[in-house]
Amino acid sequence: MKKIIVAGNGMVGYKFCEKLISKSGTDKFQITVLGEEPRPAYDRVHLSEYFSGKTANDLLMAKEDWYKQNQINLLTNHTVTNIDRFKKTVHTHNGKKYNYDYLILATGSAPFVPNIQGTDKEGVFVYRTIEDLEMIKAWGKKAKTGSVIGGGLLGLEAAKALLDMGLQKVYVIEFAQRLMPRQLDEKASAILQKQLEKLGLTILLNKNTRTITGNQAINGLTFSDESSIESDILIISAGIKARDELADKCGLEKGPRGGFKVNHLLQTSDPSIYAIGECASYEGMIYGLVAPGYDMAEVVAHNLCQPEQTKTFNGCDLSTKLKLIGTDVASIGNPFIEEPDAKTIVYEDKHKLIYQRLNITADGKYLLGAILVGDTEQYGMMLQTYLNKIVLPQNPENLLFANKATESSDNKNYLLNLPDEALICSCESVNKGAICRAIDEHQIQDVNTIKKCTKAGTGCGGCTPMLKDLLAATLKAKGVYLRNILCEHFNYTRQELFDLIRINRLHTYDDILNRFGRGHGCEVCKPAIASILASLYNDNILKQDTIQDTNDRFLANLQKGGTYSVVPRIPGGEITPDKLIVIGQVAKKYGLYTKITGGQRIDMFGAHLNDLPAIWEELINAGFESGHAYGKALRTVKSCVGSTWCRFGLHDSVSFAIEIENRYKGLRAPHKIKAAVSGCVRECAEAQSKDFGIIATEKGWNLYVCGNGGAKPQHAVLLASDIDKETCIKYIDRFLMFYIRTADPLTRTATWFNKLEGGIEYLRDVIINDSLGIAEELEKEMQILISNYKCEWKEAVETPEIRNKFRYFVNTDEKDPTVQFEPMRDQIKAKEW
Amino acid sequence: MNEVLEQTKWIKACRTTDIPENGGAAVKIGNEQIAVFNFTRTGKWYATQNECPHKKQMILSRGMIGCADNIPKVACPFHKKTFSLENGTCLSGEDYTIKTFPIKIENGYVYISINDEV
Ligand code: SRM
Ligand SMILES: Cc1cc2nc3c(=O)[nH]c(=O)nc-3n(C[C@H](O)[C@H](O)[C@H](O)COP(=O)(O)OP(=O)(O)OC[C@H]3O[C@@H](n4cnc5c(N)ncnc54)[C@H](O)[C@@H]3O)c2cc1C
Ligand code: SF4
Ligand code: FES
Repeated sequence: MKKIIVAGNGMVGYKFCEKLISKSGTDKFQITVLGEEPRPAYDRVHLSEYFSGKTANDLLMAKEDWYKQNQINLLTNHTVTNIDRFKKTVHTHNGKKYNYDYLILATGSAPFVPNIQGTDKEGVFVYRTIEDLEMIKAWGKKAKTGSVIGGGLLGLEAAKALLDMGLQKVYVIEFAQRLMPRQLDEKASAILQKQLEKLGLTILLNKNTRTITGNQAINGLTFSDESSIESDILIISAGIKARDELADKCGLEKGPRGGFKVNHLLQTSDPSIYAIGECASYEGMIYGLVAPGYDMAEVVAHNLCQPEQTKTFNGCDLSTKLKLIGTDVASIGNPFIEEPDAKTIVYEDKHKLIYQRLNITADGKYLLGAILVGDTEQYGMMLQTYLNKIVLPQNPENLLFANKATESSDNKNYLLNLPDEALICSCESVNKGAICRAIDEHQIQDVNTIKKCTKAGTGCGGCTPMLKDLLAATLKAKGVYLRNILCEHFNYTRQELFDLIRINRLHTYDDILNRFGRGHGCEVCKPAIASILASLYNDNILKQDTIQDTNDRFLANLQKGGTYSVVPRIPGGEITPDKLIVIGQVAKKYGLYTKITGGQRIDMFGAHLNDLPAIWEELINAGFESGHAYGKALRTVKSCVGSTWCRFGLHDSVSFAIEIENRYKGLRAPHKIKAAVSGCVRECAEAQSKDFGIIATEKGWNLYVCGNGGAKPQHAVLLASDIDKETCIKYIDRFLMFYIRTADPLTRTATWFNKLEGGIEYLRDVIINDSLGIAEELEKEMQILISNYKCEWKEAVETPEIRNKFRYFVNTDEKDPTVQFEPMRDQIKAKEW
Repeated sequence: MNEVLEQTKWIKACRTTDIPENGGAAVKIGNEQIAVFNFTRTGKWYATQNECPHKKQMILSRGMIGCADNIPKVACPFHKKTFSLENGTCLSGEDYTIKTFPIKIENGYVYISINDEV
């Protein structure tokens, strides 16, 4: 068995092992991996996600077991310090010695730290390893201002990370005249700069850092132009330098800019020693990206397994797309090539901050390079056009607008026209043919399964949009059309059923099932249709109580232990002392636990099913109504106190919140709807985390939509600004009805919005510009629902047939004898289950 | 066999109209809580234990009924585990079973036998 030693367990070193094992199995080579870091290889490309909650473990390329299972001897915390090329041994810092037949150097690179005074101060960091990030995170907690030296790909990513950590001011310091000088031209950089400034970064160009100031710890930077800034933390991201220390020690040749010099087989000047990844210098070039490293790993692994059919490395494409930074930037091929070698097509929109440049051959046939800022939707297609030398369409500028053009445009099918060899995922080298075969053979219907079956999209993830398009195009070509059908009983999407029920004016579940469904229904389609019926007619839901979800069926939230909670509506959170007293009395009388909710009202827990009508009767007599806390319906419209009392309040937010809550109370939708009204930008009602939110401005109100708190918080987006009350209500009517008509079941507005093609511009078009011509219809439908509103608890209490449904046993008046409570802080709680 | 059947003790549980169409309700027989289901769409009636075995909650009578691949079922309101109304097996892939009881309708009344589970 030949012995292979891999020095360095980074992304490329790991990928080499993975490829070698998949080609040769475990019994051809004896593999030892020596890695300097304390843990197995992890995904450095997604390192920044460590800040957004990923753990070191989440980022691992493979768990430790994987190495064991594949009989790879992984030694972490082992730095290779020397190579004896004659004895073919490597030596580690802790005095151990290992023999090799082949040595693979995959030592990567280290951040380049320029010669500036003060880099040894506390609070100065680089951005390369998990340990670096741990230190940045800890230090960043007490920092207010921060700075990053280097306005390249990595520097911007680091700057965004500082911003996300909550620093108040973050500088990006760039030596050159523009950001990302290696990927972008001047105009593109200028647009990117505007975008970043909008995100909150401060960009300083043409700045040569002279000293890092501060005693023990950094407190600022001074520049050669005598200017200075304050900064409590600094990340240096000024480029990389290959980890080639071993070259000098054992006499391996180096490239002109460092790195182990390799040939097209990735052999160093010693043919049994290879170098791959960021430590290799091929034709004078160091590739600072992961995909070329993976290519190198493929070539070496292949050649070791099949020496008779050698593959070669011939350089690599450096097209990139910036991730994570909150704005879209990409560059393809040669971004800078100019006349006379190329013609350029440029599109610039200073309003929307978009810049796109195509460099095409003089005869207009081929794409040579491109720059995209602000809108990278076409990146995948352009990259393919470039890589596969696809002849450009008659009007190449259409490439810029392809997806926005119509269905019939010839670009729509670009993916299907690609050759099978077209590389879709460059990280994992998966081509179009392999993906289409997998879709066919495994009858794949979603992108995740493609990822599982082919590994495409599991590297940098940049090709995921293309996978989606490819899946859709392939399925469409096969005549399969992807739809989210309701369940086994209805072969329709919610939107289709909504229209069918509306047009045919059907009112009962059974009619609908008989006409459009099969079988006898289930717990998925019953509540979905119940919700559609409620959204169309707003009739009392208990007329068809057995198709309602439990909470709706008993107009109360089912609790642990089988009791229910009672939440009367308190519009806008405003309540009189008298009403407060009634709530107290009722809770006391029926032995209920009381709590102020997160929705500015009061919840009474622990009610027996049998007691619900009596409880509500008392509440209704005191002027309360149902709060619909149990329904996929309008919940609360939170308010802040606003101009009636608050010294900053611009308008009366409480009155507006009450008006809004009363307008939409009882409105049922695919999911619950929450809203809020704040009296000024201080936003004490948290309107921007609601399905719709209203904030007072000097001139009127700003309307935000599609926010979400809860499991995956998302800020609402601004739909319209400085509008008056009437316009605001008109837009909300339209917005809510449009959502109700088109969303899938149990989809909050935020999730619905994220899937909405065309995003906020499209929504604005529909709601404000009436681009679909349905605005009036939507308003009318809302008016019908509003005028049909009745408090359903009042009806339940007053209608004997409905009231009779609130019996725990139908053959005795006993309450559920199994219900048990435990005491807690002078109240009760449900018994643990 | 025949003899056993004849010995079955039927207990009058409730009126048929006490149980909602295509839904269920609970009855108390002795100290047992039984869920009774009126599957109007197929004209069949079912009786099962009221307790959901998952978190031991007295709840199944309040669950929605329906079918999966033509097997009539009830879904627990708490965590939506589903059970066959015919033989009580859990249809959502877990190792639970609920008891089912013989049930018959006579003269507008529902009769259940709780001595011999089906
Ligand atoms: C009572 C209350 C907690 C409290 O004591 O404060 C509460 C209780 C429940 N929430 Fe909530 N939520 C309550 C305010 C909130 C808020 C805050 C708010 O409304 O401002 C949020 C975040 C805002 C948002 O929704 O965007 C919130 C986000 C959720 C979510 C996550 C929704 C999401 O889109 O991610 C769920 C789960 C769901 O709906 O699928 C949920 C579900 C639930 C359920 C219904 C869970 C369940 O299915 O049983 C809880 C019912 C408890 C019970 O037994 O009655 N609750 N819940 C609050 C009632 C407010 C009210 O007056 O009606
Ligand atoms: C924050 C960040 C974001 C990035 N984003 C992208 C991106 O979006 N797209 C992209 O293509 N690339 C990106 N990169 C670059 C990408 O991570 C690298 O190209 C890739 O990690 C290179 O892999 P490698 O194995 O050559 O080097 P590394 O992953 O650096 O691995 C080398 C390993 O060898 C170890 N080592 C070094 N010397 C020795 C020795 N003497 N003995 C033993 N072990 C040793 C090192 O400790 C290290 O663990 C990013 C990098 C960072 C830091
Ligand atoms: S956060 Fe979870 S536990 Fe708390 S009330 Fe909401 S759903 Fe229940
Ligand atoms: S208690 Fe019935 S499913 Fe959990």
